Amino acid sequence: MDIIETKDVCVSYDKKLTIRDLSIRIPKGQITTLIGPNGCGKSTLIRTIAHLLKPSKGTVFLDSQNITQKKISDIAKEMAVLPQTNNLANDLTVQELVTFGRIPYRKRFASMSNLDHEKIDWALEKASLQDLRTRRLSTLSGGQRQRAWIAMAIAQDTDTIILDEPTTYLDLTHQLDVMLLIKELNEKEHRTIIMALHDLNHASRFSDQLIAIKKGQLQVSGPVQKVITQQNLRNIFDIDAKIIEDNSKPMILTYDRWRGETV
Amino acid sequence: MNQRLKFSIHLIVSLLLLAILIILSIRFGANKNESSTVFNAIFHFQKNNVDQQIIRNIRIPRVIGAVLIGVALAGSGVLMQSITKNPMADSGILGINSGAALMLTVSFAFFPHLSTQGTTIFSILGAAFTSILVFVISSLKKSQMSPTILVLSGMAISAFFTAISEGLALLLHLKQDLAFWHFGGVSAVSWVQLKNLGPWIAIGIVILLFLAPSMNLLHLSDDSIKSLGRNINVIRILALICVVILSGISVSLVGAVAFVGLIIPHIAKFLIGTDYRQIIPLTLILGADLTVCADLIARTINPPNETPFGLIISLVGVPFFIYLARKDGNNA
Repeated sequence: MDIIETKDVCVSYDKKLTIRDLSIRIPKGQITTLIGPNGCGKSTLIRTIAHLLKPSKGTVFLDSQNITQKKISDIAKEMAVLPQTNNLANDLTVQELVTFGRIPYRKRFASMSNLDHEKIDWALEKASLQDLRTRRLSTLSGGQRQRAWIAMAIAQDTDTIILDEPTTYLDLTHQLDVMLLIKELNEKEHRTIIMALHDLNHASRFSDQLIAIKKGQLQVSGPVQKVITQQNLRNIFDIDAKIIEDNSKPMILTYDRWRGETV
Repeated sequence: MNQRLKFSIHLIVSLLLLAILIILSIRFGANKNESSTVFNAIFHFQKNNVDQQIIRNIRIPRVIGAVLIGVALAGSGVLMQSITKNPMADSGILGINSGAALMLTVSFAFFPHLSTQGTTIFSILGAAFTSILVFVISSLKKSQMSPTILVLSGMAISAFFTAISEGLALLLHLKQDLAFWHFGGVSAVSWVQLKNLGPWIAIGIVILLFLAPSMNLLHLSDDSIKSLGRNINVIRILALICVVILSGISVSLVGAVAFVGLIIPHIAKFLIGTDYRQIIPLTLILGADLTVCADLIARTINPPNETPFGLIISLVGVPFFIYLARKDGNNA
């Protein structure tokens, strides 16, 4: 069962065609990660799937239904989106930020229901932020701040969570914390995760499916083991990688610039 | 402290302050009055008493004018800052006041016999035109425009429009009529003006209070708001209409007074936090506190001469603006 499908999607951004005739399928209940070099169109694709950009051609299907035929207020109950790290909202407290996650369920002037409060507490607990709930975002570390944004997405209580490079600017430990939290959401709560990542080893370790994009076009997609191969990495990133296996997942030990021909 | 209690206390204290300032403003000025005269002017008005006439026909409308202006300027400031996500936004700094002033000059130059309502509409049109201009400029770039660039474009627009106003005034010998608008002041506010303009400000304030709950969304990026299922453009457009009405009206009433809209929202946020349902009412009252206080200083500091009211506010506003610019620069 696919939660997202794109059919011959073209997207222009800043008057340039950044995605060309892209058709992908993203299965429900799994972690699917988009990889590819900078400027390949990962973010553009993420934003298109999230209904933040309109394709100039082609169709995006959410749960087998054309996404443009759904109301944005209904889409917000099906998928939560965490855009690339932004510096807004730093004056808010963690709890205030997480409360925004309940907006799709609230009528304009209604106050919060008991369910809203429960979901907010539960999201804070999931992201281990109970002790930080009254702290302002500006006083938190990068990792804590990112967990707060993820908690907002958790509170939104959607089957699908979309994250655009959730570990950018974080140090090693905090990157791991964020990835483990995402993995837990997938395993324990069966949420579908769609994200873009730079770190190939994280992508390999934590994902079920990978979608590799180069110059706005689909390069290769499928289970991690099928995508992370020496040949594919040469084609996608122009690198020659030494790949070993760890816990039955491919890991890149080291890599060099690939000098040969790409296929 | 409980947030709601904290809000109530701040609201009550600023209302009390406003009441005290209003009483002081009616009592003190170039013409000294006994408290009994003030009391009589309000409750036992005698037409032939000059002191009572001054209070009833000059001072009271003037104080009400100051209150309305403070509310309008602070209200448009808080809206501008949140819809542009720019802590340095203010209808004066972004050039909207100067656009309104330019259209006022045009109306004086070419339609000298227009009624108050007529000149007000000109002023609102000027504000609307400039707001659209500022927003077109700020949306030319896809990415969020940096606060500094928005402020710089606003200042350029402001300088340009002021130059045209001055040129028109010189050319057509309007200097005398307009001098007053350049300095800004509430000294000439009359009952007639209040009756004509009051309802406009009331409409602006009603829209503003209606928007308050939605304004909280503007803490987030446009992408986040959309993915929460809300359409932010409706809020933006309503907010812009509100800014145009409020700043257009205040310019037609007192001229281009900058900085009220800049300072007050920051003070309100500093006092009360991040919830616009609380920030907005507090901003409106604190705005009135500032303008009534500035007007009181303007006419008591060097009697019987009036010190321009805009000057008093700039005296506080400019250092505050520099402080904000520094603070913003450090964050970036």
